[in-house]
Amino acid sequence: MEYFLQQLINGVTLGSVYGLIAIGYTMVYGIIGMINFAHGDIFMVGAFVALISFILFALTGISLPIVLILVLLIAMVFTACYGWTVEKLAYKPLRKSFRLAPLISALGMSIVLQNYVQAAQGARIKTLQPVIQGGFNFFKDSNFVVTLSYLQIFIVLVTIVLMAIFTLLITRTALGRAQRACEQDRTMTALMGINVDRTISMTFIIGSSLASVAGVMFVMYYGVIDFYIGFLAGIKAFTAAVLGGIGSIPGAMLGGLLIGLIETFWSGYISIEYKDIAAFTTLVIVLIFFPTGFLGKPDIEKV
Amino acid sequence: MGKDLIQKSLKDSLFTGIIALALFGPIVGLRTVAKNEVLVVEPKWFVVLLIVAFCAVGRFFINIYSYKKEQRRGEPSSLGKVISNFLDEKGAQIAIAAIAFSVIFPFMPFADRYWMDIAIMMMTYIMLGWGLNIVIGLAGLLDLGYVAFYAVGAYSYALFAIHFGWSFWICLPIAGLFAGMFGILLGFPVLRLRGDYLAIVTLAFGEMIRILLLNWYELTKGPDGLTGIPRPSFFGLPFKRYPDEGVETFHTFFGLEYDPMQRIIFLYYLILVLALITNAFTIKIRRLPVGRAWEALREDEIACKSLGVNPRNTKLTAFAIGAMFGGFAGSFFATRQAFISPESFTFIESAIIVAIVVLGGMGSQTGVVLSTIFLIGLIEVFRDFESYRMVAFGGAMVLIMIFRPRGILAKRKPTITMGKHG
Repeated sequence: MEYFLQQLINGVTLGSVYGLIAIGYTMVYGIIGMINFAHGDIFMVGAFVALISFILFALTGISLPIVLILVLLIAMVFTACYGWTVEKLAYKPLRKSFRLAPLISALGMSIVLQNYVQAAQGARIKTLQPVIQGGFNFFKDSNFVVTLSYLQIFIVLVTIVLMAIFTLLITRTALGRAQRACEQDRTMTALMGINVDRTISMTFIIGSSLASVAGVMFVMYYGVIDFYIGFLAGIKAFTAAVLGGIGSIPGAMLGGLLIGLIETFWSGYISIEYKDIAAFTTLVIVLIFFPTGFLGKPDIEKV
Repeated sequence: MGKDLIQKSLKDSLFTGIIALALFGPIVGLRTVAKNEVLVVEPKWFVVLLIVAFCAVGRFFINIYSYKKEQRRGEPSSLGKVISNFLDEKGAQIAIAAIAFSVIFPFMPFADRYWMDIAIMMMTYIMLGWGLNIVIGLAGLLDLGYVAFYAVGAYSYALFAIHFGWSFWICLPIAGLFAGMFGILLGFPVLRLRGDYLAIVTLAFGEMIRILLLNWYELTKGPDGLTGIPRPSFFGLPFKRYPDEGVETFHTFFGLEYDPMQRIIFLYYLILVLALITNAFTIKIRRLPVGRAWEALREDEIACKSLGVNPRNTKLTAFAIGAMFGGFAGSFFATRQAFISPESFTFIESAIIVAIVVLGGMGSQTGVVLSTIFLIGLIEVFRDFESYRMVAFGGAMVLIMIFRPRGILAKRKPTITMGKHG
């Protein structure tokens, strides 16, 4: 029971990270119908920006809460630049191209980002000293102590706050309306006087900022990153997006949570070596049995 | 007008500079380095300055240039179109010339060990490209996990050759068969998925196979890899300087001096023959009913269904045959390296093979050759700049997609036409 509870806590934390990345996939898929393969690497860039800023702020001696907010903001701004540039360079020219072209371009962009970070920052793994330490312990009398660290609380709280802001943004603001309109019919939206290019750019900027927050959390939670983390995290977040129903934003959050839980329980109870296989198997099973995910719209093929 | 243009371009290049600073400032400008096991930041502002200046100036000239080009507005001459027209006219002669060149290649004066190694590597990629072309180019199924079949071929060859001591020529078909079976096994549940979903699922399968190879230590020796894979022999004559007692070797049989190049040249011909078989097979099968069904399925699945083509079985044959050729190439890889580990079968390999097929122009056999020479050549040219070569590779992928979204040889002639050409 105690062990189960611990896995649950860890799973929810991990699920928050995946959920934040998954939103980026789902939004881009919804609006331009492509799998942004480089999104995982955008997350990785976010983690690196966070790492660098943590190191720099450690020298200045600013108090921890301010540092956290600053790092989050810095990571969001700089990573959003990457998302914006990637869209402008690699996807925008291909918007009217045939189906596979943007996917291949995204693949190329993913390779570029990975190797560029490797070249600029070195191939070795980077370790960050723990930023937030300590936590609550439960069941101190039993033989398995359940720990809920402050860091985990921080991660889940930030995720909930961001998701709330983001949901408001999508449902209540003009930008959100424009985005939902673009999802339905881009030509028609343009005829209504909405700048489609700008809306798509904003989608990438928002998606990348959320991914960068996930990156900040990742580097704080694991303390170890390298240029390759984006690949696996990207696939898992994509799985989460598919699981929840690609194109559906609440679905992405739900899917992220589920993937986080599945992965933690799998490594807790079955096998830690094969934990990545858990996510992949889930992906395959979901796609075979619920191709549109839990909250997705059914996809009707027309001639 | 001119002043306005310059002003606008300057503004734009200033903006580009700011974005470039935001992009490269933290990642390039602040390199994290471990000192006494603690990470510290090492500033590299000069490099950032150079990059930012380059971006801004480059943007300025692109603006001016594209404005001038817009004024001229001529029909853009496309290199790809020229190449594909040329190939259309002289296709057969060029193919013969290319094959003839590859046959005499090992005896060229400049063909030393280095060039032979590159040639063998390119041939391997060409073969993989041709194998994957069946799946992507003909059947239109984007497979991002092709390296899984390459790995299955390599490992099954290695295991059979090490544990049973069977020769290359027995293990080769077995490896192909295994890879093909894996193709059916993996393809069966997922082939009804749509394009990009299929792509991600195949990617997941590729990774699963790699994780399995990495962790199934009893069978695959995990990350240590399999060593001592037998080298191929020339129909039973080994390429060894000091053979075992009473064994005749290649050089004694033919009365030659021993030379390690003999084995390399033999390997070269081996992969050349394997690749040409793949090519011949593809050209033939395109004209058979199943090949035509693939191409029809690629164009319109619903129309195919209504004409009574079973999409799943048809796709499955393409998947399995593509996998089989991947398996053949894998066993060649195993015997050439004599050592395999999961390291060799990462996702990047799949990406390279997919890039070769798509950039060549899907479905074009010649395109595969051209893009292999271009991409593998690119990687080879940048060999000294270890970490930049993959940046160049990825950049090339993006650029080709932007300028020629359908690949270098984009024109696609139907294999079978009605009427007098038929």
